[in-house]
Amino acid sequence: MKILRDTSLIFDRQMRLLLRNPVWVFVGVFQPVMYLLLFAPLLKRSLNVSSDAEAYRIFVPGLLVLLAIFGGLFQGFGMIAELRAGIIERSRVTPVSRLALLLGRSLRDVVSLLMQAVIITLLALLFDLRVFIGYVLLAYLMLALISLMTSALSYGVALIVKSEDALAPLMNTVAQPVLLLSGILLPMSLAPGWLQGVANWNPFSWAVDGTRALFRGDLGSPDVWQGLVIMAVLAILAVVWAAREFARSVR
Amino acid sequence: MIETRGLRKSFTSRRGREKKTVEAVRGVDLDVAEGEIFGFLGPNGAGKTTTLRMLATLIEPDGGTAVIAGADLRTDSAQVRRRIGYVAQGGSTWDECTAHEELVLQARMYGVSKSTAEERTRRVLQAFQLSEYADRKCKTYSGGQRRRVDIALGIIHEPKVVFLDEPTSGLDPQSRAHMWDEIRRLRDEGMTVFITTHYLDEADVLCDRLSIMDNGEVVASGTPAELKRTISGDVVRIGVPPQAVASAAEVLDPLELVTKLETHDDGVRLYTDDGAAAIPQILRTLDGADVPIGTIELNRPSLDDVFLTKTGRSLRES
Repeated sequence: MKILRDTSLIFDRQMRLLLRNPVWVFVGVFQPVMYLLLFAPLLKRSLNVSSDAEAYRIFVPGLLVLLAIFGGLFQGFGMIAELRAGIIERSRVTPVSRLALLLGRSLRDVVSLLMQAVIITLLALLFDLRVFIGYVLLAYLMLALISLMTSALSYGVALIVKSEDALAPLMNTVAQPVLLLSGILLPMSLAPGWLQGVANWNPFSWAVDGTRALFRGDLGSPDVWQGLVIMAVLAILAVVWAAREFARSVR
Repeated sequence: MIETRGLRKSFTSRRGREKKTVEAVRGVDLDVAEGEIFGFLGPNGAGKTTTLRMLATLIEPDGGTAVIAGADLRTDSAQVRRRIGYVAQGGSTWDECTAHEELVLQARMYGVSKSTAEERTRRVLQAFQLSEYADRKCKTYSGGQRRRVDIALGIIHEPKVVFLDEPTSGLDPQSRAHMWDEIRRLRDEGMTVFITTHYLDEADVLCDRLSIMDNGEVVASGTPAELKRTISGDVVRIGVPPQAVASAAEVLDPLELVTKLETHDDGVRLYTDDGAAAIPQILRTLDGADVPIGTIELNRPSLDDVFLTKTGRSLRES
């Protein structure tokens, strides 16, 4: 299978570069760790729950989804540096699979996200979060799909705009409403009816609901499969679209 | 090895509502033979890079046909990719990788096994005298070393044709001479080498044949010697003050030894069969007409003279 072989070729290189400079993985968790330490303690009272553990069970899944969305959306910056260095063009004159050029990179992003998610989860355990390992793994699958989608989107957009100056405001403009409308910081169940109605159209709010259900231990909740299916479909669409951008003529 | 007919490409740029179409390449015909160094000479913006990028499958032509190493560019770009190498002007290495890593990856992107890739990498590192630095990060290389890595990346899969976009621009004279040797070596090993350049001496000394390109079109093709022969005789440049150009031309043009005369802002330029013999007479004539002479210069025709006759501009000025 050429596509598998080519993908692992690109993935290997990207992983090697990531591990050569693993400090970025830790820089990436700095912000969520700050939320965990400085924001989450406010939640017990504002969410009106009985214990910190319960507050963390609501907050940590949202935080992980946030990490997956933002981590992915900003991967395009690294790609613009590669474009400028001529790496993408050098790859495009070879017969290497265009889908592999995308997937090799996006899968690296998924792995780096999962490393960060493990760090956050372990830290949350210190704050009395308790959750069944099997459900956590399923939640990680959700995160992997989100990160695959957002990083593919980011690469596709980076190939079109080709400049950091255009990519930064674009990604921020997308990320801001997505963040606020997904009930990440506080559950959308606290929102007035109209706001909940709007949030229902935000696919990430489905992902957050699904991840929360898993952390609650509620595997039977329809939120779980709905979240996973929506994320899987969107991830596939994003990957197909971005791979076509790799195949298209880019300067 | 490369045959193109009527290759065209235009770009549309949008600024607000205004749409601007630039015809970057307007109908290029090329015939490049196997095993030669073929050059594309022209000023920046002539369409050289765009043509090269079309031939390297990076951008799709708007029209025309091209067959490269036996594969049709328009219908079989996958085969073209296997048979060509392309080295961009801006380089293609990642600062944090070593030359060895880059070369192995590049070889493997063409589908060969890991051991074959290692073997080929070892060979090109040696050929390009890079073995010593192979395990250092690319960011530590000098300009010349980096350029050699770029070219090594372009030929690691042993292509039939390699395209080099401005391979020596920005290099110091010594690295440049070194690079010319590398390019000749590739040709001597049987590869067809297609370079773009805006250096006259590079086109003249390095290329077996060349096409002169200006404004998206090929204006002349041939070996450097053939091209220069189209300019008959020697070129004499006479520098006179701007206000005296007209009177200088007036007295020199009727002379029998002058086959052709052009006026410029800062003097006249004339073609004659035997320049050395013509100079005394030119001096006498100008003296007799009281035209002040600033400088006088006798040259064998250069590719710049060819460019000048074909386009009305000097390549040095553009």
